Parts: sequence; structure tokens; C-alpha cells
Amino acid sequence: MVHPSRILADLKVFVRGYTRSKIGLFFSLVFPIILILLFGAIFSGGGGGPINVYVENQDPNGLASQAFVHALNNNSTTTVTLVSQDQNLSQYLLAHSANQGVLIPQNFTYDYSHNITVSVTVYANPADTSSPILYETVNGIVTSFNTRGSPHLSISVQQLSIKSQSYKYIDFLIPGLVGFSVLTSPMFSLVNISSEYKKTKLFKQLSLTPLTKTEWLTSKFIWYVVLGIISFVLMTQVGAALFGSHLNYALMIIPFLVIGPLFFVSLGMLVGMISKSVESAAVVGNLITFPMMFLSGTFFPVSQMPMYLQNVAHVLPLFYLIDGLNQVMIYNNFGQALFDLELMVALSAIVFVLAVVFFKWRED
Amino acid sequence: MEYEVAEATHYGRDSFLNLESGQSVNSDETSHGVRLEMSAIEVSSLEKSYGPLKAVDGISFSIRKGEVFSLLGPNGAGKTTTIEILEGLRQRDGGTVSVLGDDPWAKGYELHKKLGIIPQGFTFFPKATPREAVIYYSTLFGVKTDADAILRKVILDDASKVYFENLSGGQKQKLGLALALVNNPELLFLDEPTTGLDPQARRNMWDVIRGLEKEGHTIMLTTHYLEEAELLSDRVAIMNHGKIITDGTPAEIIEKQGSGERLEVRGDQRLADYVRDKTGFDVTYRSGLVSVRLRNTRDAVTALSNIDSSGLPWKDLRTRQDSLEDIFVKLVGGSLEEGGTITGPSDKSETNVENN
Repeated sequence: MVHPSRILADLKVFVRGYTRSKIGLFFSLVFPIILILLFGAIFSGGGGGPINVYVENQDPNGLASQAFVHALNNNSTTTVTLVSQDQNLSQYLLAHSANQGVLIPQNFTYDYSHNITVSVTVYANPADTSSPILYETVNGIVTSFNTRGSPHLSISVQQLSIKSQSYKYIDFLIPGLVGFSVLTSPMFSLVNISSEYKKTKLFKQLSLTPLTKTEWLTSKFIWYVVLGIISFVLMTQVGAALFGSHLNYALMIIPFLVIGPLFFVSLGMLVGMISKSVESAAVVGNLITFPMMFLSGTFFPVSQMPMYLQNVAHVLPLFYLIDGLNQVMIYNNFGQALFDLELMVALSAIVFVLAVVFFKWRED
Repeated sequence: MEYEVAEATHYGRDSFLNLESGQSVNSDETSHGVRLEMSAIEVSSLEKSYGPLKAVDGISFSIRKGEVFSLLGPNGAGKTTTIEILEGLRQRDGGTVSVLGDDPWAKGYELHKKLGIIPQGFTFFPKATPREAVIYYSTLFGVKTDADAILRKVILDDASKVYFENLSGGQKQKLGLALALVNNPELLFLDEPTTGLDPQARRNMWDVIRGLEKEGHTIMLTTHYLEEAELLSDRVAIMNHGKIITDGTPAEIIEKQGSGERLEVRGDQRLADYVRDKTGFDVTYRSGLVSVRLRNTRDAVTALSNIDSSGLPWKDLRTRQDSLEDIFVKLVGGSLEEGGTITGPSDKSETNVENN
């Protein structure tokens, strides 16, 4: 039977140790803030590298439309990711947290060759520093087409905003770093603790007291939820104060801040328990943590990554945590957030059960 | 003339002309005269293997309530495996085990509330203080405890606010003992509680263990310090290769396995030969020490009289009987080094031969 007094006692002794060591607090609370300051400063003036543009070519067999896409993909400022014709590009961009897209209409080649004015539509987020670059690039290609094809201006550019509200890089960075914090604090800590306690036989000692495994895990889970919430508040406040971020704060954020630590506390515990030594636990922990840290949309929207990396991102649990936070805090898209949350709950339940099964106080 | 005393006598039970050989402690009483009742622990044909290695090979023993029982043996003898099975931390392969009337593997959770345990190499959260540790354990066990009183009892009150990571080895072990006492246990398991401690810290720990025995706690101790077992225990079992090779009170074991009482003086080979010729006693000479085996108190008087009348130089008269160390060397075929490593008899004899 679970005793709250025992959970509280274990929580107290764990939190004291955690706060007294300073290293844990630094990596949980200070390090993400440093990342916000660093990345916020770097990208507040615009980014570098080619801009990934989602292109929906509704005239896929037309020579002119193909040449247009080719031109868009073969310059120094933009690269193209093709979107299927049956998609609503605007919705697609929202769903993929993308800020730039180009729609080439069905009759593009026909109209162009018959000197009928046709419009390509540029979807862009006006607040994104990359958007003017995309607009200028498309304009340049249009001018080139118009000069080559006909003395008449047959292509025009229509600019559509993908959101009424303007967003900055910092608005994407903060949910990403909240996810980063929710991932790294419990993962690194639990991987280390569980393998270390196993090695020093501290678990064995705890098994000689009335404290149960569930109570021990619960106290860790509670602490990392509290730490995640503190980290969330700090990051959003620093982001707002220094970089003018404006995010939506909805109650829907809370389940993510609860389920995230549950998942990573369990995963860290599992890695620590199944590893043979402290060293191998650290290696396995890093192998799991680092790809997740960089490929789940922590520092850059996943939509800006090449498609094969996007596919990788979609199998990483942290992606769904960050995506869920993005959906709530940026897009107000609670439907997608709920899907992410349900997936996280299911994954957490599996990993928690596995962690409890492999978590052994005693030896056979 | 200078004489060297062999190191082999170092752990001897010295007593100045105290010829009490043959007396043993009544099996119904501890050495302190505490009347014993029913068993706290019953072990019968206990077995445990790790792959092909038989760590515990069909051992049986019982520990009565109120006594201090020591399990001795070199590293790998099976002591810790045995004690961990009794603590409910390991599952046995065969045999029966009863601790305070319960099977420790099946009823471990409930049983631990009645046990106090210092596991081998006790450790704790590095940034917690002893006082916090005692309060933590008190809450876990659901008992109200005066943390300062418990720390005073184990002589750790002066370090009550020092982080565990900054405590000395002896202080860490004392904290282990303090935590083992939090729930006022009926039975204490102390698995090598003084390993790695300096002699002073070890003696401090002995004082604490003696105090607990006086309070009537049943204590099961594993150690590879034979002197410690001899000083603290009512009964002892010596384990080697998973088997108990002898058991009983230290006096019983010494009587059963030892070579009896001896009179020893520092002298030379001529003195040894003289006494042997005059008395016909079993007299040996080794490293400046003349040793006469005694059968009774009259032998002591005869031997002493002949030593005195020999006209040869002698000094440092004493009587001595085999210690547990001597018995251990005899039974196991080597002696114990610091940390429980066993040293072969040939190694030992080399260090002791000085004046031969």
C-alpha cells in the first residue's frame, strides 16, 4: 500500500540531495535559460542557410511548373520539400509548424504559355525573418520567367499570411527547450541514480525499509514534475522579458508537464536497471537522449529538417511532447495536441510498466 | 640476550597463569549470563548456487534469542550470501530458513520491520546528514524516534550535521548501525560492520555492539576479524567453501579444535631442550619462544620449577591457549589478511621464522 508520508520523506531527502549538489539544479534550471539566451540572441536577427520551402505543385506534369520548382530548389537561399497535391497547403504548413510555402496552381503551364496571368501563392509568416527572403527569391524567379517567356507579365505573386498572429523564432524555441528540460533532467539523473544505487547496493538497503519501489519512483516523478513546472515558468518569463515572446498559456500545457516527466523518469529508470554498469548505463542513456534532444524540434522546427530526418523525428517520443506544446502554445490547435498527449500517455504507460518490472530491490 | 616473539602469538588469548582449560559456557546461557529462550533464526540444509559455484552448501545452524552469533570465514566462504538469504534479500535454492518464525523471502517486507540490518559496505545518500538519515528512516518505519538519542547511542552525535560523503569510514558504519536501530529491532544483522575501519574506530564499534547485546538484542555478525568474533560473540560458526566447518562458543571451539594450554617464556633452544629432557613434556622452540604444552595445573608448576633451576636466561612468563585465529589457520589452511583475503600457511611461516 502506498503511504504518502513515506513518499514525502523520500521526496524530502532526494530534493535536499538534489539542491545541495548544485549540478542538477544548474542543468535543470540554469542551462536551458542559457540556451534561450544563446539561441535567442543568435536567431533574433535572422537565420542562415537555405530556407526550406514546402511547395505544392498542382500542375505536376507541366513543363513550366516543373521549371519553376527546379528554380526554387536550385538557388542558394531556398530548398524545396514537395507536398502532395491533395493537401490544403495552409493547413499542412500549420500542422508541420512550417512558416514558408509556395502553391503552384493547376493551370500554371497552360496560362504561362498562353500569356494568361497566373498567380503563384507564397505562404509566409510575416514575423519570420526568413519570409522576406523567400518572397524576394520567388519574385526573382517570376521576373526571370516573365522575361524569358513573354514580354507580358504573366505571373504574379500573391502573399498570404499563414497566421494572423506573428511568431518569432523564440516562440518555437521556448516550447522546444521546455521539452529539452523535461527530457534531460529526469533522464540523466535517473539513468545515473538507478545504475549507481544498484552498484552501491543502496537499492538493496532501501528494500530493507518499508519504502516500496512505487513510492520511491513516485517521489522522483513528483520532483521532476515540480522541476519541469519551475523550469517552464522561468523559461517563458525570460523569453517574454528579453525576447518579447508571446505564447498561449492554456491549461492543456499542464498534462504535458506531468506526462513528460513520468515518461522520462520511467525511461531513465529502465535504462539504468537493464544496464550492467554505471558506465554502460551512461552510454545507453546518451544514445537515447542526444538524438532526441536534437531531432525532436528542440532547437529548430522539425519541418525545417530534411524529410528523412523528419521521419526519424516522428518515432522519437520527445517530438510528440514538443509538438503538443507547440500546438497549444503557438497554434492553439488542441485537437492535434490531444493526439500528441494520448500518444505520450500510451508510451508512458508502457515504459512505466517496464521500469517497474525491471526495477528490482532484491536479487533472485 | 635479545629474543624475538613470533607474530603467531599476536592474536593469542593471553592470561597470566589463568589455567581454566576445560571450562565452557553453559549452552543455555550467553557468556554474560543472559538466559536464552527460543530460536531467533533456524537454518536447515541451506543451499545457494551461482551457476556452477555452490556458494552455500547445505549448512544448518540456529541462533537463540539474546545471543551474539558470528559467522566467520574468508572472502568467498558464503557468509554474505547466507546473511542476505536470512535478511530476505536473496532467494535460496534449497533448505529451510526461519527468521523470527517467518520465511524471510516470502515475508521479507513484514519481517524487515522487526529487523535491523547493516549491509556489507553500508552507504547512504551522499548529501544527507546522519540526523536527516535517522529522521528519514523513522518516517519510513512509521516510528517516533529521538534522532539525537540514537546518534548518541552509536557515538555519532558529534557528526550529526556532516554530509554522509564527508564522514569517515567508521562514522559511516556507525550511521549504518544507527539506522539499523531506528525501529528498535528484535534481531540485528551486522554484515562485516568493521571492515576497513582503523583499530580505534573498530574498538568504538565493538563498544556499541556490546552495549546492544547488554540491552538484549539478538545479533548475527559476519566478520573476518577473528579477534572481533572472539571478543563479541556468544557462539561462532566458521565457514569455508560454503560449508560450516566448526561451530560452538569460542571456548568450545578452542577446546574442541585447539591444542590445549601452553606455558611460554622467552628463552633459547638450550632452555627448550633442558626442560624437555627434565620433564618429558612436549616442548617446542620457535623464534626465541620456548613453549611447554600443559595437561594440568601441576604441569605448570613442574615446568616453571625446571625453567628456574636451569640457570639459563629466561623472561616474560605467560600461559596461552589457542586463539580462534590459531584454530582458523588449522581448519582453513591459512590465516586471514585485512579485507578477508586468506594467506597460505607457507606465507605465514616465512614471516615468523626469525631466530631459527
